[in-house]
Amino acid sequence: MHSSRTRMVGLAAVLTVATSLGAACGAAPTAGTGVTAAGAGKTATSAADFGGLDELVEAAKKEGRLNVIALPPNWANYGEIISAFTAKYGIKVNSENPDGSSQDEINAVKTRKGQDRAPDVLDLGTAFALSGAAEGLFAPYKVQSWDKIPEGQKDADGAWYNDYGGYVSIGCDAKKVGNCPQSFADLLKPEYKGQVALNGNPTKAGAAFAGVYAASLANGGSFDDIQPGIEFFGKLKDAGNFNPVESTPATVQSGETPISIDWDYLNAGYTDEFTGKGVDWKIAVPSDGKYAQFYAQAINKDAPHPAAARLWQEFLYSPEGQNLWLKGYARPVLLPAMQADGSADATLVAKLPAVDGTPQFPTDAQVTKAKEVLATGWGAAVSG
Amino acid sequence: MTDISPMAPVRLPRRAGGRRLGAPGWAAALPLLIFVGLAFGVPAAALLGGAFTSEGSFTTANLTESLQGAYLTALLGSVKLSVLVAVTGAVLGTFLAQAVVTSRFRALREAVLTASGVLANFGGVPLAFAWIATLGNSGVLTRGLGLGDAGWSLYSFWGLALVYLYFSIPLMVLVMVPALDGLRPQWREAARGNGASAWQFWRYVGVPVLTPALLGGVVLLFGGAFAAYATAAAMVGTVVPLVTLQIADALTGNVLIGHENVALALSFDMIVVAGLVMAVYLPLQRRSARWLR
Repeated sequence: MHSSRTRMVGLAAVLTVATSLGAACGAAPTAGTGVTAAGAGKTATSAADFGGLDELVEAAKKEGRLNVIALPPNWANYGEIISAFTAKYGIKVNSENPDGSSQDEINAVKTRKGQDRAPDVLDLGTAFALSGAAEGLFAPYKVQSWDKIPEGQKDADGAWYNDYGGYVSIGCDAKKVGNCPQSFADLLKPEYKGQVALNGNPTKAGAAFAGVYAASLANGGSFDDIQPGIEFFGKLKDAGNFNPVESTPATVQSGETPISIDWDYLNAGYTDEFTGKGVDWKIAVPSDGKYAQFYAQAINKDAPHPAAARLWQEFLYSPEGQNLWLKGYARPVLLPAMQADGSADATLVAKLPAVDGTPQFPTDAQVTKAKEVLATGWGAAVSG
Repeated sequence: MTDISPMAPVRLPRRAGGRRLGAPGWAAALPLLIFVGLAFGVPAAALLGGAFTSEGSFTTANLTESLQGAYLTALLGSVKLSVLVAVTGAVLGTFLAQAVVTSRFRALREAVLTASGVLANFGGVPLAFAWIATLGNSGVLTRGLGLGDAGWSLYSFWGLALVYLYFSIPLMVLVMVPALDGLRPQWREAARGNGASAWQFWRYVGVPVLTPALLGGVVLLFGGAFAAYATAAAMVGTVVPLVTLQIADALTGNVLIGHENVALALSFDMIVVAGLVMAVYLPLQRRSARWLR
């Protein structure tokens, strides 16, 4: 008896020690490498606060590092953007968790507060940018081209602003499919049996969620009503056309997902990637369901490298950075302004998938409601 | 498993000089305990804390939400799938193990055991992709045999069960082969000598002796299927509701916002289900283990 009691006490003691050790491990920041210019970095809301762009570059070079998160190299040309930034300023970029999601980014900001490993800059879904700004996670900062960012695509204080976007598109392997679908209505044709895939699960992946929203617009729904989109995929499944495999470059190349609903910049990237690999990847922005969405940039309020973070934003919103996004078939937020002043690369603009009309965006409240409806209704509509 | 033997250890009278340091018995397990405390205790505590808080205050709202609507469907779907895989896998794996053990061909036995060791550890996205490439909509076999026209689809509840069985049956073989090896031939001879039929031998000797291993195997298979995530996400992430997929949606998605604590509550539900399984398993295991004393 007595031995078992001491055993329990001992165990409790061990666990207590272990937990406090664990807590200590989690909270111990490693020695910082970034030295900010006279502390201006953390609170600077524009390049002028550093004394100008040159001084900002100086301060950032002193820090010498930048932590980015959830930027896949083949997504909107981020691989080249990162290497161009390093080449230009000699700042080493730490790219963490490239396939992460917006929620992963927010989690990283929250759990690594005050650590040297925390992400400096974020590329988020707009809804996450809004909720993060409401929680006060971001540092307000206005890039030099701030005034050119269209109204409605930026937070008034500069906590976040849209960076690049695209349209929901239907990618299709013309070699396998033969007659590529041009609209959501086409997707229900019997010839596409088992071929129509999404880029992931709409309750988890932003691109797939957008696909359902676009399908809703194509089927009598609206920004206020995503239900017709859910029903459309239910119909697609009943017809035997829906393919639940998450489309990735691998499934596209192997022919398992010959039709993939995805952002146009990703689909266009596939076209380049698979030319000469036996896949003739064609893109159509569906005529009946046009849905565009932008992502948003933000700076972590507790960025370990505040100057480098701000320089990164200046770089992205310079003509150079914007054209690099354009090279990845993404539509940068300054594109209208750059087309007006001639700084947009015309050959790249010509390569974008054709879209007519100006895009409409749902409000935040509409998106939030659509997500709730989707989260509860999706499983019931397509499971089995 | 602590074995409390009725024989209390006899304390020898200590001689001066030959004294062993009186380190308590658990001291040797200290590294393990520290490791478990760090790797399991800390996350478990964080999980419990998160599951019962919302915006900083105590609440059971997360738990309530995690047992409703789509979340409940997913939880039940996971349980259904895991039970199916565990029972089917256990039965098939046991027969396969018995066939191997009683086979006269040594090479066959070695081959099956080696293959089982490999396949039991085959999982994640590679497993899903192997099946997709073989039996998916444009898989090699699907096209070669024209299965698509026959109504075959890998992307369903049953397809996923099949894929899970692919690693569950080998796992059961690995569990059962040593147990079957432990069935002594003398018992069978003794039973036969006393006029028992083969059925009676299995009914009264074989199965009772094997029960602990069988039960353990079923629990292991249940746990493996219940907790599996990556394979399902890559293969049927959109159409088969499973609790692990729901947790991922809520915890690390690009769509849902502010559901992190519901994800923790769902994880808590999973722990409760696993606990219930163990609560059924342990008494049974104890009852049948008496045989092996």
